[in-house]
Amino acid sequence: MSEKPKLAMYWGAACGGCEISVLNIHEHILTVDEIFDIAFFPCIADFKVHHVESYDDGYIDVCLFNGAIRNSENEEMAHLLRKKSKVLVAFGSCAYEGCIPALSNLTSKEATFNTVYGENASLDNPDGIVPLTEVDVAEGTLTLPEFYHTVKSLDQVVDVDYYLPGCPPESHQIWAVLQVVVAGLLEGAPLPPAGSVVGVTNVAVCEECDRVKNEKNIEKFYRPYQIIPDPEQCLLEQGIVCMGLATNGGCGALCPQVGMGCRGCYGPLPGVEDQGAKMLSAVASVIGAGEVGMEEAELEEKIQAVVDTIADPAGTFYRFSMAHSMLQRAKVNGSNGKGEA
Amino acid sequence: MTKQFEPVIVGFLCNWCSYRAADLAGTARIHYAPNMRPIRVMCSGRVDPQFVLKALREGADGVMIAGCHPGECHYVNGNIKALRRFILLKAMLRQLGVEEERVQLVWASASEGIILAEKVDKMTKAVRALGPLNWNEKVIGGGNGHKVVVAAPVAEEV
Repeated sequence: MSEKPKLAMYWGAACGGCEISVLNIHEHILTVDEIFDIAFFPCIADFKVHHVESYDDGYIDVCLFNGAIRNSENEEMAHLLRKKSKVLVAFGSCAYEGCIPALSNLTSKEATFNTVYGENASLDNPDGIVPLTEVDVAEGTLTLPEFYHTVKSLDQVVDVDYYLPGCPPESHQIWAVLQVVVAGLLEGAPLPPAGSVVGVTNVAVCEECDRVKNEKNIEKFYRPYQIIPDPEQCLLEQGIVCMGLATNGGCGALCPQVGMGCRGCYGPLPGVEDQGAKMLSAVASVIGAGEVGMEEAELEEKIQAVVDTIADPAGTFYRFSMAHSMLQRAKVNGSNGKGEA
Repeated sequence: MTKQFEPVIVGFLCNWCSYRAADLAGTARIHYAPNMRPIRVMCSGRVDPQFVLKALREGADGVMIAGCHPGECHYVNGNIKALRRFILLKAMLRQLGVEEERVQLVWASASEGIILAEKVDKMTKAVRALGPLNWNEKVIGGGNGHKVVVAAPVAEEV
């Protein structure tokens, strides 16, 4: 029994969907249980941090870390699990590139607190109580983790061996990756090189999407609720922002096939550093406004009118990759021009 | 006397018009701000938004993209593609808190050395007034974003 390799899974700033996606690999979960001993997995087994602390370094063979680094607890656990794990996998989009939590990098910590604890229609907090990292009560001092200004991906705080993208990763991809890891651990089969993005096809989502694709020439962009898409035609051609062309495949193009533009959760294609910038570039070049021969002012006006129909470009193009983007976060308080963050 | 801040402006100049305009400005010995570091690209339509973001991230205070006037592109409509990208990029940079003056698209034909020089002068002045961008240090917090930035409390902006 004690010969079995050890598996751990932990969550940072995450929704819990990644844990569910692991449990959702159907009957294979029984094989996982057969092959591995669970060493730490707060979602399904009662382990405490002191158990992990008591392990020797490298005791855990595979650690699936999901969730972004939002606060000091996330970062502390990332360091601890890195030390205790032979193979650390950034599991899911949050750990890989920030995902939805990292969208708060478009604003400040103070504004985030204000939305969560202050001015929000569903809140009743007349005294403006916000969580503090330390508070003195009769029994002593209570502490909470520190909420960071900037959300980071796992690899921005510790070294990561593999990245498994997706929000959440698809079950067949999880199982395929686990099989590779198991073959490596039990039979000494070669593992992919460190730093690889695994569980992807390394071709765009468009390759997996059956929709009919023609030349793209878009005069107006629609948000999903504004249009009933044609079931056959490419969504982008219909003016729905679909990130498929800037997103790594592996999911089977699930979203576009049911009429929802690809959100981009599988991250950039190989060789691309900034998924949002690539998407921006692609979308802009298919804007169907502005022709050779127009006056400069007219040209700008026509293009601007189409661009204005794209709601929230940064939030759309960086929906999953804000923490991994080149600029990583917005400059807040930028209006004074001094760049004070 | 305090030293004047000299911004670093990365310039992407198209091979057929704007780079030649810069060349002409040089041979004509026009005096203009030495703050723009020119990089020759075949067409303004070649400028990937990643280039602009990377320049800002790696220490540039501003980025100038310069190409042929619309209708005069060597590749027919490369500059119109550049304009479409630029307008969308501008909308995104606004959300990211990058001041509008820091990223500019200008048109300068091969004969317009003086116009390019004027535009560089004007942009240098505008970016100088904004002050250093210093994205890595000031916005992310240095060290590839590994260090945590703790913001001073700020007044709510509406």
